[in-house]
Amino acid sequence: MSNKYIGQSVKRVEDKRFITGQGRYTDDIVLPRMVHAYILRSPYAHARIKSIDTSEALAMKGVVTIYTGKDFENINGVPCGWQVNFKDGTTMREPKHPLLVLDKVKHAGDGVAMVVAETKEIAADAAEAINVKYEVLKAVTNPKEALAPGAPLVHDEYPDNVAFDWQIGNDKAEVDAAMASAHHITKLDFTNNRVVPNAMEPRSYIGDYDTAYDRYTLYTSTQNPHLIRLLMCAFVLGIPEHKVRVVGPDVGGGFGSKIYHYTEEALVTWAAKQLRRPIKWTSDRSEAFLTDAHGRDHVSTAEMGFDKDGHIVGLRIKTYANLGAYLSTFASAVPTYLHGTLLQGVYTTPKIHLDMTCVFTHTTAVDAYRGAGRPEATYLLERLMDVSAHEMGIDPAELRFKNFIPPFDGVNQPGYQTQVALQYDSGNYKAVLERGLEMLGYADFKEKQAEARKNGKLLGVGFSTYIEACGIAPSAVVGALGARAGLFESAQVRVQPTGKVSVYTGSHSHGQGHETSFAQVVADKLGIPLADVEIIHGDSDSVAFGMGTYGSRSLAVGGSAIVKSIEKVLEKGAKIAAHKLECSADDLDFADGKWTVKGTDKSIGFGDVALTAYVPHVYPANLEPGLDFSSFYDPANFTYPFGCHIAVVEVDAETGKVTIKRFVAVDDVGNVINPMIVEGQIHGGLAQGIGQALLEGVIYDENGQLTTGTFMDYAMPRADDLPMFETDRKTTPCPHNPLGVKGAGEAGAIGSTPAVVNAVMNATWHLGVSDLEMPLTPQRVWRAMNHK
Amino acid sequence: MLPNTVDYYRASSVSDALSVLKANPDAKILAGGHSLIPAMKLRLNSPSMVIDIANLSDLNYIKEEGGNICIGAMTTHGQIAHSSLLAEKLPLFTETADVIGDVQVRNMGTIGGSIAHADPSADWPAALLAADASIVVTNGDDTRSISAVDFFVGFFSTALEEGEIITEIQVPVPAAGTKMTYQKFMQPASRFAIVGCAAMAKVENGVVADVKVAFTGVSDGPFRDGNVEAAISGKTATAENIASAAAQAASDVSLNADHYADEDYRQHLARVYAKRALTAVCR
Repeated sequence: MSNKYIGQSVKRVEDKRFITGQGRYTDDIVLPRMVHAYILRSPYAHARIKSIDTSEALAMKGVVTIYTGKDFENINGVPCGWQVNFKDGTTMREPKHPLLVLDKVKHAGDGVAMVVAETKEIAADAAEAINVKYEVLKAVTNPKEALAPGAPLVHDEYPDNVAFDWQIGNDKAEVDAAMASAHHITKLDFTNNRVVPNAMEPRSYIGDYDTAYDRYTLYTSTQNPHLIRLLMCAFVLGIPEHKVRVVGPDVGGGFGSKIYHYTEEALVTWAAKQLRRPIKWTSDRSEAFLTDAHGRDHVSTAEMGFDKDGHIVGLRIKTYANLGAYLSTFASAVPTYLHGTLLQGVYTTPKIHLDMTCVFTHTTAVDAYRGAGRPEATYLLERLMDVSAHEMGIDPAELRFKNFIPPFDGVNQPGYQTQVALQYDSGNYKAVLERGLEMLGYADFKEKQAEARKNGKLLGVGFSTYIEACGIAPSAVVGALGARAGLFESAQVRVQPTGKVSVYTGSHSHGQGHETSFAQVVADKLGIPLADVEIIHGDSDSVAFGMGTYGSRSLAVGGSAIVKSIEKVLEKGAKIAAHKLECSADDLDFADGKWTVKGTDKSIGFGDVALTAYVPHVYPANLEPGLDFSSFYDPANFTYPFGCHIAVVEVDAETGKVTIKRFVAVDDVGNVINPMIVEGQIHGGLAQGIGQALLEGVIYDENGQLTTGTFMDYAMPRADDLPMFETDRKTTPCPHNPLGVKGAGEAGAIGSTPAVVNAVMNATWHLGVSDLEMPLTPQRVWRAMNHK
Repeated sequence: MLPNTVDYYRASSVSDALSVLKANPDAKILAGGHSLIPAMKLRLNSPSMVIDIANLSDLNYIKEEGGNICIGAMTTHGQIAHSSLLAEKLPLFTETADVIGDVQVRNMGTIGGSIAHADPSADWPAALLAADASIVVTNGDDTRSISAVDFFVGFFSTALEEGEIITEIQVPVPAAGTKMTYQKFMQPASRFAIVGCAAMAKVENGVVADVKVAFTGVSDGPFRDGNVEAAISGKTATAENIASAAAQAASDVSLNADHYADEDYRQHLARVYAKRALTAVCR
């Protein structure tokens, strides 16, 4: 062990190829004899297909073939990976999500036909020549409206559009009693706006089939190649898993949207064998808006009750979650186990109840998007906290200090058992708020705000003290909750004869910098130069198994698996070293890349031991040659990063336009391997969270058409929409994984959104504004200020 | 996001472009490509051929000539934003160019291409109207000059006739002491104007003269707002007078509406921006 790299802002080794345009994404891959697919998509949100005439398109030069729903009548659809039961114990409703629609399209963008042609352009032209006759039906896009009697049905077999209902927390009657005893109740209606993930790289897939070996290869822009292989082989195509190689090469961002198994992955894999030619499909941006799984989309009524001293006595929530037309891979887990379980927040709330109804609508499927359920929980809690504080006339920071769970490190003090199933590992919530207030200069700020008001400027401050559950997840726990997969991670550490190290991880980087931060851990643990370590991921033929990257899990779970393998390498290495040094392994210390006999200067380096392992001429008896170990790490618990985000905004009184003047973020993500990468993750998350608060939001019209389907209509946050972020960290190590790390990928997107909305509310509260719907477009803020 | 198959022709001169256009009436002139190419990718526009004139250097200049500022049609927004001649003589144009799209758009998009497209939310039309600009067009045989007021006919519609292309924008050099501004409230996704207000005025002895106020984004086409101009013209440049003149803005035009700004809000914004623009040029 050395400390040369861990904790250092080592520049990302992968950036050289990305910055110089040498990144290799799926769409960059060109295989011999490759053909191209274009998918004809439904222009309607809800319609019956009366007929499809492909004759004209098939006759076009360069068209290879055209598939329609009829070709997949007897092939399964893409599955949901998490089973949630109704309150009464019956299984959730799982409609078939066919590879191509046979009879009824259920959202605008549903796949109707796949044209295969010599070029993508020919395929697109031919798709235009397909004549589909539709009987257009009425559509419903809002989850509450979808539950109304007589609402159009998404799936004819489910006469109420309900996917399932669910609850979590204390007994409802206990919560009702607690609320009845409350001195003050804050009650609010919330819409958590639907957002489009918009990864920079659109989804892209290549299917290839090798006749000689009866073997498939799928190249896919995915966050988890092995899970895609498992789902596609076992649930959709029924092909043997060992005959399929799934490669996730460089991937340009995911934010959740590339976790899921998509129809197009199975389509190109299946078609490659039919055609005996490689086949590529790459989404264009308009398709990405229509078909990448969306995020959020909750409609809630939430109440928080307080005693006369401002202590929370109860929390009662009713939420309708829009799941879209089909159940995407983790759609059912997001509004339930990734959401309801976070409603404790960082507070000692004694009674909590969530009543959840998950609903089908004629919209694109909704699934995990950066934060996944936890931002929705944080939004409810943190908005309620600031509104309650304003209503009760208590300072919002003070109200939080009153209600924080006291500090606990998970070692000397036990973890904190919540009312909603989880046990927090370690936390010090007041520390991050104290630091945030210090950075903000809160006392001075209040004076500045009063001064600004006098000058007609609407200055406001908003708080958010969030917690999240990351490092997903203990397999036994998630299995008991309905996950159809384990959530461990694997790692192989292969020491080469020259002492160079190849690490095979089941985590998958799509921008996070694993090739750097994982290598920092390996280099320090083995005491070797960073350049002697290579991190390999994303290929099911080289990596034993993997559960991929999401839920801020890579370092906490994947990194821990690597540490386990390194421990095995060092244990065996010590035996070899002891033999060479003619001593007992117990007499050796390992430091700075060499084993030294305690109390002597006799030592042997890591490289010599590696060479000996592969050239075992002088070698311990009964010890196998080689230095190569695999491990699977299944975490004991989730990890629980937390933090404090504070936004300072100015609202233009005449136009309603919000400008963020300052943004303070103090995050505690446990131990940090690479501070620069963590800060980058925080910045990116903040941009997305602020984007949701101010700019981003999906709008469907009354016919179910996506009216925000291009970057001309859907506003992504840009650098000039954001202030210079003021960030700091606190460190409360995770007590249950070997690196003490918690995860940093989602924190920014979880904490920032309510801080911004709270700040706008604070700026306009004196004008009678408490209810603000995201995104806070100038028009909405102006209407709220003017009660129009 | 894939255009239909299209022929590409790179013109060597204005007359070459015009003769190819004459032979291919379905062809479209391609300037910076920031309006036409997106429309083609969405297959909203499928010309048989594009005639690329972006690199014609004889259409790329900014100069002062005979009391006019003359800007070649293929001058990019970026070149205009960075022109020291315009910064001195016609800062309205540098200010307008500076808020079009983003850096990449400004480096590709051209003033001629933008006004030929006549997007009702584009920035240039307001500036051209307020500056009393003229647009010089030619069909190869004849050349004519059209005033901005006559040029912008309405929704994506101009006085350009078939076979004509824009060669130059001419703006009379404003009289000494004239102040001018372009104030824009932008749609955050497209960065087009929800409301763009260009204004020019001269204040002599505290009295507002030669005032011109033009809007883009507000209605189905850009327009000079005669009500605002009349209300402030000849008045002293007090905050009260400016506010009451601005309150007349966008009173008798049809108002655009979308999810970002409905009619009421857009009219309100037009009035706020008229006030801001007038304040900038009158005080």
